[in-house]
Amino acid sequence: MSQFILHKENTRGHANHGWLNAHHSFSFANYYNPERMHFGVLRVLNDDSIDGGMGFGSHPHDNMEIITIPLAGAIAHKDSMGNSAVIKNGEIQVMSAGTGVSHSEFNANADEQLNLLQIWLFPNKKNVTPRYDQQTLDLAARHNNFQQILSPNADDAGVWIQQDAWFSLGKFDEGFETEYKIKKAGNGVYAFVISGEVTINGQVLSKRDGLGVWDTDSISFKANTADAEVLLMDVPMELN
Amino acid sequence: MQTTILYIGRDTEITAVMNRLLNARPEWKGLCVCKDEEAISICAEQQVDLVLLGNGIEPSSETELKNKLLSLRPELKIIQHYGGGSGLLYGEIMTALS
Repeated sequence: MSQFILHKENTRGHANHGWLNAHHSFSFANYYNPERMHFGVLRVLNDDSIDGGMGFGSHPHDNMEIITIPLAGAIAHKDSMGNSAVIKNGEIQVMSAGTGVSHSEFNANADEQLNLLQIWLFPNKKNVTPRYDQQTLDLAARHNNFQQILSPNADDAGVWIQQDAWFSLGKFDEGFETEYKIKKAGNGVYAFVISGEVTINGQVLSKRDGLGVWDTDSISFKANTADAEVLLMDVPMELN
Repeated sequence: MQTTILYIGRDTEITAVMNRLLNARPEWKGLCVCKDEEAISICAEQQVDLVLLGNGIEPSSETELKNKLLSLRPELKIIQHYGGGSGLLYGEIMTALS
């Protein structure tokens, strides 16, 4: 029997720092909710809006898989591995922090708002060599399809990370129905609605709602509106 | 009353950041070191409520370190700190102390 947890948009943690308007699906920084610590190895799902030219100065990370997906605008990234890049909507960035890495993240545009999802997963192996990657995604491939954008395998579609996790993005026409099969036994799926309204396993979800489903090998999906866009995060439910 | 938190990690930059973050909160006293011997010495000399294991600690070193710290203070809570910064720190500590 499958189990689920529903996180409505307005129950997320919220911190407005002026230049940064952040919504946290799970406990993060000063937002602490013992009922919202993680979904399996998914520890952080931040929905950040950053004013033009503003951002996070150099700061360190370790032992975390950090995935950034710009939803609007572009982010300028620099890190201690020598990477310097701009990642824009339609691209994905991944950083395996491993033994330690420092980076800065700024809105690359002075006159445009940046909206991004930043997702942190616990790694399946501690103290790996830090690694950075980014990819441009084929936007057409996600029309009425869950396009794989991340996996554990370097030779598979999308970026790869140090965890048995698969991410997929889809953009759907109204009324489109499909089923998503979970990639690995013991994994669950956390669905995050980027836009529109969808129904997953009978639960109606609106923009920025999240639904975690586990103890199942698949989920049912239906797009209720024409602009439905969803991120699926297929992650191990057991912490390493 | 302050909660004394001992952080051990191998990266000096992250250790300095952790020192700043932990001591930024008046309810916490942060002691942050890179070497196991320093951590053991601190635990032998003063009350420590919580230990955060940071980056770069090899598995064999981690086991030995935990054993030595617990032999000094059997009631000590030892947890893994992930992320290397402020994002998860408050939640990790609140969960460990609750």
